[in-house]
Amino acid sequence: MAGQSDPHLSIFSAEEVEFIAEDEMMEIVPNMKMDPLNLICGDFGPFRPQIATEVPLWLAVALKKRGKCTIRPPQWMSVEKLTQILEAERESPREFHPLPFHYVEISRLLFDHARDDIPDVYMVRSLIEDIRDVRFHKVETGLETISARTHAVKLKNLSAMEVNIVRPFIVRALQAFYKHDSPQMIPQPDTIGNRPPQVADRGPRVRAKSHMPLGTLADTL
Amino acid sequence: MASGSEDGLGIPSKDYDSLIATTDVELLKRAWQNEKAAPEILQFQADLIRRSQEQIQLMEDTVEEYAENGTDPLTVSLYQMDLDRTQFLLRSYLRIRLQKIEKYMLHISKTELWNRLSKQEQKFAKRSTDHMEKHLKQSVLSRLPYGYQSILKQSISSEDDDMGTISSFCANHFFLMCYCLFLSFLIY
Repeated sequence: MAGQSDPHLSIFSAEEVEFIAEDEMMEIVPNMKMDPLNLICGDFGPFRPQIATEVPLWLAVALKKRGKCTIRPPQWMSVEKLTQILEAERESPREFHPLPFHYVEISRLLFDHARDDIPDVYMVRSLIEDIRDVRFHKVETGLETISARTHAVKLKNLSAMEVNIVRPFIVRALQAFYKHDSPQMIPQPDTIGNRPPQVADRGPRVRAKSHMPLGTLADTL
Repeated sequence: MASGSEDGLGIPSKDYDSLIATTDVELLKRAWQNEKAAPEILQFQADLIRRSQEQIQLMEDTVEEYAENGTDPLTVSLYQMDLDRTQFLLRSYLRIRLQKIEKYMLHISKTELWNRLSKQEQKFAKRSTDHMEKHLKQSVLSRLPYGYQSILKQSISSEDDDMGTISSFCANHFFLMCYCLFLSFLIY
C-alpha cells in the first residue's frame, strides 16, 4: 500500500526518499525529437536531438532506460570535486561539508541507470562511498554525545538519507531522556498506593527494546 | 506546539516569488512530507487536495485520449508515469491521515484536532469510534459491574474522565516529537 512504511524504523522508507529525490532537476541531451510534455508536475521540453534540456530525474531515468537520451551528471559528481569534498570531510571531524541534499539517492540512481554517462564511474563511485562512510561515522560519534542535558541536536548540512536514518534514533533517545527526566515519571507517594509501580515504568522499557542499535543503523545505509 | 510545527515547515515569506511558481505537486509533496513526519494530525489541505484531484482527473482523460488516438507510446507512458507519481502522493497523504485517525480517534474527537479533519474524515472517525465503542461494549464492558462500563472513564466515580489523562499524555508525547521533528527540519 502506498505510504505505509513501518513508522518505527524510519518516517520515510528508502524508496520514499528516493521518490522525493527523483524530482531533482537533471540536465539531459536527448537523441530524438519529441514535443513538450505538459505534465502535472510541470512543463518540460521540447526535446531536440543534441540540445540539452532540464527534466526531473525520474523523467531522465525513464528516457535513459529507453535509450532516448544521455544524462549529464551534475557538476559535483566529478573526481576532482569529490576528492576535494572527501578531504574537507576528513579535515573537519565535527562539521559536514555542504553537499546536495539528495546526493546519496541521485548518485545511486545514476550509477544504476546511467553508468556510461559518468566519466571515471568507478572512481566517482568509490569516492562517494568514502564520503558517505566518513559522514556517517561523524553522525555516529555525534550521537554518542547525546545525554540527559541534550535538548537539541544540531546537524548542519546533513543529507536526506542521513537525516532519515538517524531521525528515529534521535527522536527516541531524546524522548527516553525526557521521560526519565520528567517529574511525572517519578512515582508520587499518593499514586503508588492505588497503582502498581511497574505500570508506571513499563512504557520506557518497551521503548528501549525498539531502539535500533547503532551498528544496524550503518547497515541500513 | 501544533502551529510551531506548521509554521516551521512552511515556506518563508521572502520566497514568495518561488511560491507562485510552485506547482501543486510540489505543495502536495510538502503536505505529504509534513503529514508523514508530524506525530499529530495536521490541518486538512482541502483546496490543494481538490485541485490535485481535478488535475489527476484531467490527466487521466488526456492519457486515455492519447492512448486511443495513437500518440507516440513513449509520450503516453511518460504521461502515465507522471500521473502515477501524483496519484501515489495523493493516496499516501490520505492514507497516513486515516492511519492517524484510527490510532488516535478518541483523542482527536475530544479535542480541537477534530476541526483539522475533512468532512469525510470526520465521518470516518465517527464511524470508527462507534464501532470501537460497540465492540468494547459487546466483548468486555457489558460484563463489567455497573459503574465501570464507560469506555472513557475508569469508573463512574472518577471525577475527570481518564481520556483526559491519556490526552495530556499524548500531548506531552506530541510536544516532544514536534521538538525533535523541528530538529530534523532544521536540517532540511
